[in-house]
Amino acid sequence: MTNHWCDIKNANLVLVMGGNAAEAHPCGFKWVTEAKAHNQAKLLVVDPRFTRTASVADTYAPIRTGTDIAFLGGLIHYLLKNGRIQHEYVRNYTDMPFIVKRGYTFKDGLFNDYDAESRSYPDKSAWDYELDDNGYARVDMTLEHPRCVYQLMKTHYSRYTPEMVSSICGTPLKRMMEVWDTIAETSVPGKTMTILYALGWTQHSVGSQMIRAGAMLQLLLGNIGMPGGGVNALRGHSNIQGLTDLGLLSNLLPGYLTLPRDEEQSYADYIAKRAPQALRPGQMSYWQHYERFHVSLMKSWYGDAVSADNNWGYDWLPKLDEPLYDVLKYFDMMYEGKVNGYFCQGFNPIASFPNKAKISAGLSRLKYLVVMDPLMTETSEFWKNIDEYNDVDTANIQTTVFRLPTTCFAEEDGSLVNSGRWLQWHWKGGEPPGEARPDIAIMGGLFHRLRNLYQREGGAFPEPILNLDWSYQRPDEPAPEEIAKEFNGKALSDLRDDDSGELQVRKGEQLSGFSQLRDDGSTASGCWLFCGSWTPEGNQMARRDNADPYNMGQTLGWAWSWPANRRILYNRASADPAGQPWDSKDKRLVWWDGSKWTGTDVPDFDAGSAPDDGMSPFIMNPEGVARFFARDNLVEGPFPEHYEPFETPIGRNPLHPDKPEVTSNPAARVFRNDMELFGDADEFPHAATTYRLTEHFHFWTKHCRINAILQPQQFVEIGEAMGNELGIKAGDRVRVSSNRGYIEAVAVVTKRLKPLQVDGKTVHHVGIPLHWGYVGLAKNGYVTNTLTPFVGDGNTQTPEFKSFLVNVERV
Amino acid sequence: MEMNRRQFFKFCGAGIGASSLAALGMAPEPAYAETIRHFKLANTKEARNTCPYCSVGCGIILYSRGSGGKNVSQDIFHVEGDADHPVNRGTLCPKGAGLVDFIQSPNRLHYPQVREPGSNEWTRISWDEAFGRIARLVKDDRDANFIEKNESGDTVNRWLSTGFLAASASSNEAGYMTHKVVRSLGILGFDNQARV
Repeated sequence: MTNHWCDIKNANLVLVMGGNAAEAHPCGFKWVTEAKAHNQAKLLVVDPRFTRTASVADTYAPIRTGTDIAFLGGLIHYLLKNGRIQHEYVRNYTDMPFIVKRGYTFKDGLFNDYDAESRSYPDKSAWDYELDDNGYARVDMTLEHPRCVYQLMKTHYSRYTPEMVSSICGTPLKRMMEVWDTIAETSVPGKTMTILYALGWTQHSVGSQMIRAGAMLQLLLGNIGMPGGGVNALRGHSNIQGLTDLGLLSNLLPGYLTLPRDEEQSYADYIAKRAPQALRPGQMSYWQHYERFHVSLMKSWYGDAVSADNNWGYDWLPKLDEPLYDVLKYFDMMYEGKVNGYFCQGFNPIASFPNKAKISAGLSRLKYLVVMDPLMTETSEFWKNIDEYNDVDTANIQTTVFRLPTTCFAEEDGSLVNSGRWLQWHWKGGEPPGEARPDIAIMGGLFHRLRNLYQREGGAFPEPILNLDWSYQRPDEPAPEEIAKEFNGKALSDLRDDDSGELQVRKGEQLSGFSQLRDDGSTASGCWLFCGSWTPEGNQMARRDNADPYNMGQTLGWAWSWPANRRILYNRASADPAGQPWDSKDKRLVWWDGSKWTGTDVPDFDAGSAPDDGMSPFIMNPEGVARFFARDNLVEGPFPEHYEPFETPIGRNPLHPDKPEVTSNPAARVFRNDMELFGDADEFPHAATTYRLTEHFHFWTKHCRINAILQPQQFVEIGEAMGNELGIKAGDRVRVSSNRGYIEAVAVVTKRLKPLQVDGKTVHHVGIPLHWGYVGLAKNGYVTNTLTPFVGDGNTQTPEFKSFLVNVERV
Repeated sequence: MEMNRRQFFKFCGAGIGASSLAALGMAPEPAYAETIRHFKLANTKEARNTCPYCSVGCGIILYSRGSGGKNVSQDIFHVEGDADHPVNRGTLCPKGAGLVDFIQSPNRLHYPQVREPGSNEWTRISWDEAFGRIARLVKDDRDANFIEKNESGDTVNRWLSTGFLAASASSNEAGYMTHKVVRSLGILGFDNQARV
């Protein structure tokens, strides 16, 4: 979330799209209720299903799954055409005046220089700004230059007429215009809309671009950086934010630092590429400090073993020859027999990943699998034959499986990061069952063993293992407090002010914030973004002062929020160019008081930079402004374009009806064999989507007695019209099949799913909750992801769980 | 002679002194007000915690029995919302309200186990054996398949034949420790639920 849960109460309008907060995030959704009750806010819900969130909305608009870019693109067109944008915000705080290079084009669904062979745009150099002789981006503040971002964007979305959008999305025109008009009202300075989205935007082959389109909408309306505004990802797990921040992803290091690619053999080039020079005069480009963060990380991991002499251990970091070894790529390798070992720590891939048959085959080709979990999982028992629910040949599965019992949340101390970026410390309440151990002890214990083996026997490239700093009091079980202090960071020698020579931090002391980090090896910090969470004053994450002196829900004394305890990101943009709040009554966040930036939140800016200095608010971008034009950062192109899901019920892209190559995302990666496994609408005519129920959390709560009682049995939802067409009544048992397999479940026939008119066809949706499996206290069921397609978003490779095709029949 | 409380007083009202009957050992069962169960959270130990399900991060309080003594294990028997928490203000959803059933689930794992190739059953093993066997498998695979240079001769130092999925419900401390270990081995097939 750019903002946070309590801040939702400051909104004038709430748009829930690509999510269902009332059921999936019930206690967070109470802040929407708060906004409605005490701020006269309206709630808009756009969703294929009439969810419980929709049931309390002022306006609900149905939409066909996977078509949100069309909906948002149409809205962008509508706002631009009617001038219903926050003009001053857009002109000063976004890239609208920036002039794009000559080579950039868009034609017939493709941007310039597409290579069909590799399904990619190998040369993205034209997707950038034109620079002047000083290396600064050229701008035209009149917005009239034909290649300025404003003009390109206007042209790009001119095709997204209301009629076209309604035909793609199946949203009735009148209802759609009602939603657009209500949203446009928040273009007034000081009026804000918040967007709440979740996996309904993420889990598409165009998921990243969907979210971008949402962000572009918020920029047009001047809603980024504002109280009650923002683009708010309601994340799906308790610490999925924290694990992302800590970089536990194929290509990342902690704090959104990135691993080098093979061709980046030079450390200096690696740093230079990630520390961009400012693209506008007088601008701060915050990532220029990249090397401070990187060196502090390497000092944290490798201590005295790294120095400027060995480039801070640069060669010890693995280098990438692929953009990502994401889970789809990795399970494809497993399927091809190229993987020997796999660890699943609190993760249940056979239930969570698409196309169960492929996942199961992959796991069966492993030599060893190690599962660490507090609970029994389907993955740990993938080799067991459980009738029709897991029909495998046990004797032929040669994988050795280790299952290690872990503690759960209640049995350990530590911190989690919630969606609103708050790091909250928690305390152990009891002992784990049997011999269960904390994950830290398991990783510590395993590493300790492994290192002993390398010490004794030698082996392949042992340096990073032997030199990893492991100065914990108990090497086999480091304490959570020790680790938390480590990721915050400390001074490795006395830190003095560069100019005055005054002593700032003594050697060995905890650091107070990431501005103290250095690139000369005198500081260590395992995650620069978390620097400030455990300072000389103690554990900031454990703070419990819930005072809210400005009555804006900021509670700056509760827990600790990254970065720098800042509660709303980009909050400099909540003030006008002269440094005063756009709305000084209800939306006061930060302002210039004549000598410095101050306010009700920690300013996201150089506190001493006066408005006249001309620094722009988005300091994480070298141009200082927010981007409508993504430059070369996304694989599909600089502007979101609507492409159909890989399994589309209409078989063509209405924007480009005669161009089959752009029916679906032309830059998405599809593996050999998986393309043939996509189904078409002749055989599988219905649009299916998967989701969570309010009574269950993923595959965990089927192990909890009360939840297993509340929702004991697997079901699927179909609309009444579809039920009538197929002769299916509520309670009938149905078989739902895709081109990858089938599940059987009880049919719930409901008024909450209505047929949509799309591109001249009637499209029915089938709703498939995902919580069942073949272990647990609830009744056994089929793994929902038996059905889903093995293809991901072009950038993140997040699987397309939300849009695929099925057939439904009575059994 | 058996009688309930109401009959007893009726009987007494018929003329015989209650005190004398009581003296004969015929006192009634205690009043309901006296038998009502004690407040179940009295004499418990509280621990502040965070709900492990979705990412709202609701504050919860774990109530446990046990003296708190060094060798006494605390038994968590009740979980409720933390009224001081600014986000959930003491409330919980249908998932969070059932948290005690997660902690006490009969499907919690108690001991390290192994399933041998082709076998249809789990065998209990010690932690020592588990660590020993896993470390050996890891080292043998890494030593055999570690890639120091790519085809162009560039230093790449990666290990692709073993991968790791991390848990997005684990703490930052567990996550950080996991990252530190996994990268030092050169693993790139590394993700957590944020990917899906």
